[in-house]
Amino acid sequence: MRYAARRLAQAVPVFVVTTFLIYTMVFALPGDPMLALAGDKPVPEQVLAVMRQRYHLDEPLLVQYGHYMLGVFHGDLGETFTGQPVSELLQDRWAVTAQLALTAWVFELVVGIGLGVLAGLRRGGAADTAVLAGTTFVIAVPVFVVGYTAQIVLGLGLGLFPTAGTDDGWPGSYLLPGMVLGSFGLAYVARLTRTSLVENLRADYVRTATAKGMVRRRVVGLHALRNSLIPVVTFLGVDFGNLMAGAVVTEGIFNLPGIGQQVFQSIQLQEGPVVVGVVTLLVMVFIAANLAADLLYGVLDPRIRRARA
Amino acid sequence: MRVTRSRTAALAAAAIMLSGGCGGSSSGGAKGADADRFSVALTEPDHLTPGNTSSDYSITVLDTIFETPVSIDAAGGRPVMRAAESVTSTDQKVWTIKVRQGGVFSDGEPVTAQSFADSWNATAYGPNGWTNNYYFANIEGYDKLNPANGDPSTDRLSGLKVVDDHTLEVTLTAPFSQFPITLAYIAFAPMPKAAFADLKAYDQAPVGNGPFVLDGAWEHDRQIKVKRSPSYNGERRAKAGAVTFRIYAGRDTAYTDLRAGRVDLLTTIPPASTAEARRLLGDRFLRTPDGTMDYLGFPTFDKRFASRDLRRAFSMAIDRKAIVDAVYDGAFKPMASLLAPLVPGYRENACGEACAYDPAGAKALFDQAGGFSGTLTLWFSNADPSYEQWMTAVANQLKQNLGISDIKLRKVPASDYLSSLRERKEDGPYRNNWVMDYPSPQDYLEYMWGAGNRMGWENKEFDDLIKQANSAPGLDASLPLYQKAEDVALAEMPMIPLWNWQNQVGFSTRISGVDVTPYSKNLYAISVKQG
Repeated sequence: MRYAARRLAQAVPVFVVTTFLIYTMVFALPGDPMLALAGDKPVPEQVLAVMRQRYHLDEPLLVQYGHYMLGVFHGDLGETFTGQPVSELLQDRWAVTAQLALTAWVFELVVGIGLGVLAGLRRGGAADTAVLAGTTFVIAVPVFVVGYTAQIVLGLGLGLFPTAGTDDGWPGSYLLPGMVLGSFGLAYVARLTRTSLVENLRADYVRTATAKGMVRRRVVGLHALRNSLIPVVTFLGVDFGNLMAGAVVTEGIFNLPGIGQQVFQSIQLQEGPVVVGVVTLLVMVFIAANLAADLLYGVLDPRIRRARA
Repeated sequence: MRVTRSRTAALAAAAIMLSGGCGGSSSGGAKGADADRFSVALTEPDHLTPGNTSSDYSITVLDTIFETPVSIDAAGGRPVMRAAESVTSTDQKVWTIKVRQGGVFSDGEPVTAQSFADSWNATAYGPNGWTNNYYFANIEGYDKLNPANGDPSTDRLSGLKVVDDHTLEVTLTAPFSQFPITLAYIAFAPMPKAAFADLKAYDQAPVGNGPFVLDGAWEHDRQIKVKRSPSYNGERRAKAGAVTFRIYAGRDTAYTDLRAGRVDLLTTIPPASTAEARRLLGDRFLRTPDGTMDYLGFPTFDKRFASRDLRRAFSMAIDRKAIVDAVYDGAFKPMASLLAPLVPGYRENACGEACAYDPAGAKALFDQAGGFSGTLTLWFSNADPSYEQWMTAVANQLKQNLGISDIKLRKVPASDYLSSLRERKEDGPYRNNWVMDYPSPQDYLEYMWGAGNRMGWENKEFDDLIKQANSAPGLDASLPLYQKAEDVALAEMPMIPLWNWQNQVGFSTRISGVDVTPYSKNLYAISVKQG
């Protein structure tokens, strides 16, 4: 437990440093966000002045950041240029991205490990070749190509899935985008599982277990697979954070109003507080997901747990 | 086969996912209770307070919830009375607006002269920081609400006088013959008393005097629902029972949804998909005129662009038609006028030979003007991929037809583009765009070529003509004067007209009565086919 607490405490400096870095980056973007908001229309100087003052844009970086942090301590994440509270906005969007990432993640986990085991046990066979070729293809093709193709073929053409939006709720609206988002990670999970299983099947303890007369199902399931999953769990832990961040493209294609879409828009509009809020949350998810993965090692391999105690 | 179990599990999971998907998509269409509802693809609006938005998306929604004093007749570009009964003046400076009797807000409050005065005062009040503030700059007393320094001493425009419940007298700072047309703009809509108790809450849930009322909360980035207003008694009574604005982050996805039948009306089919849309939708694909124009502006404050012959030579060297065909599938209209075709006073060939493609003539004029040495930089923003396409074409034509060998493209992030122009950082011709506010030559000429324009162009004759046209006795008398001003600007050519936009509209088989004009999407006129 002390281990978990220490990992969580690490989040505090990470939080401060990330927010400040992000703030600096948004601040350093060229252009005037207030002018960009108006598009090609003229905006009276008075209105610009009022708006700049309202969002502290007329003050130096450190003062702006100070205002932001002060707000955070009071539980106020500021508001967007259109006057929507950032906390409310994140709440709405958070759920969408979490559902999407979770769908993708479960897809990766179930189908990825499944394919990996299938390929690993039949090394050199047709199934193995198919899995290797398929995963190479998925890794090579950019996500937006997979996304648009899936949308046009499976959504529009065959009508198997809704083309876009969240009307059908979870899981209906999230299956196709989740599979698209998860396809990249799935390829890695399958390959990691396969390689690691192949290696473990040749290990001494597997030979020993087999020699002792244990049935193959138990050898594979209890011994080989369990050990093989350690690198996979590491990957899945890191990847959950990746999925949250990788949602930018998928959410765009499938019009899911999540965090990814928001961060893209907010960077364009140079909305410092929103970008900082979103990125901070992403950092938190990363830390939590990695922590969960680390703790899981202990479950899979007691030696790791004892070494730390 | 000891693996069978895990493989079965994987397949089962995939099968569950697939079957879930099937069930989902079938519920995407119309539901029984909503049979009289249609949907419109939209981008997330910024605000829903009439005084605080100039974005087309917001206005599409507000146009259903509010009624402005007049609206614009699409055929003639003339004002038609809506919330107003009449708008009159004897000197173009003091205007009397008679408010239609019997109009009500959906909360039951009657629409009176005071409702307009309150709404306009709030919009003009500087500290509110509302986008449409500048629409009230020509009403007397505006300066007091927007002092250069410090807080304003008043929040009431002295030029607004409520004579009685149904009469509003507006005094302008100078005669302005186009005033009635401007009243069609959303900024002039009235707001009920309840709005001023909490303007922030009102922005999320506006109450108006239009044919529709908000139906439930504004679900940000998802949808906005409106339904037919039971209290509305004007001319635009809604045919359909309700409208859902489905919010999309990108036009491409909206178009895919239109094809999948998940959205009924899309007024912004992306240029890249128009050819396909025309083929797929047949007579459910419409091209409607638009007031938006693209221009190529010159930084005339830079002495390399000071010669008017050089600027005219550039104009003659650009093959507008070829570019429009290649980049916009021929959907946009090449222009030889500074005004869009639907604006009263538009002349098809106001520009004459200076806007006709003539490579030989262009080259001769170019040489005569002394040519151009050094690097020619062309400026545009990255807001839309088509900008780079047509700018590249322009660069090639200038290279080919005028022999300018050293041409550089300067693509600026959209967020930085306008501030760059404002600070006059551009050192070469730049993309300029104008979205019409109301169909008057004044809306184009005065804002784009008038005092303090981006080009740094100064011309007293032009300014005088605009002033005369603004104080002319009525619309018809003003047009010849605006045309004269346009001639001056075209002769000097500080900014080259390129093309006029068209809207690409597509709709589903479920609806009829689609009537999209540059002034309104006229959603009230759409009916849902039954059965």
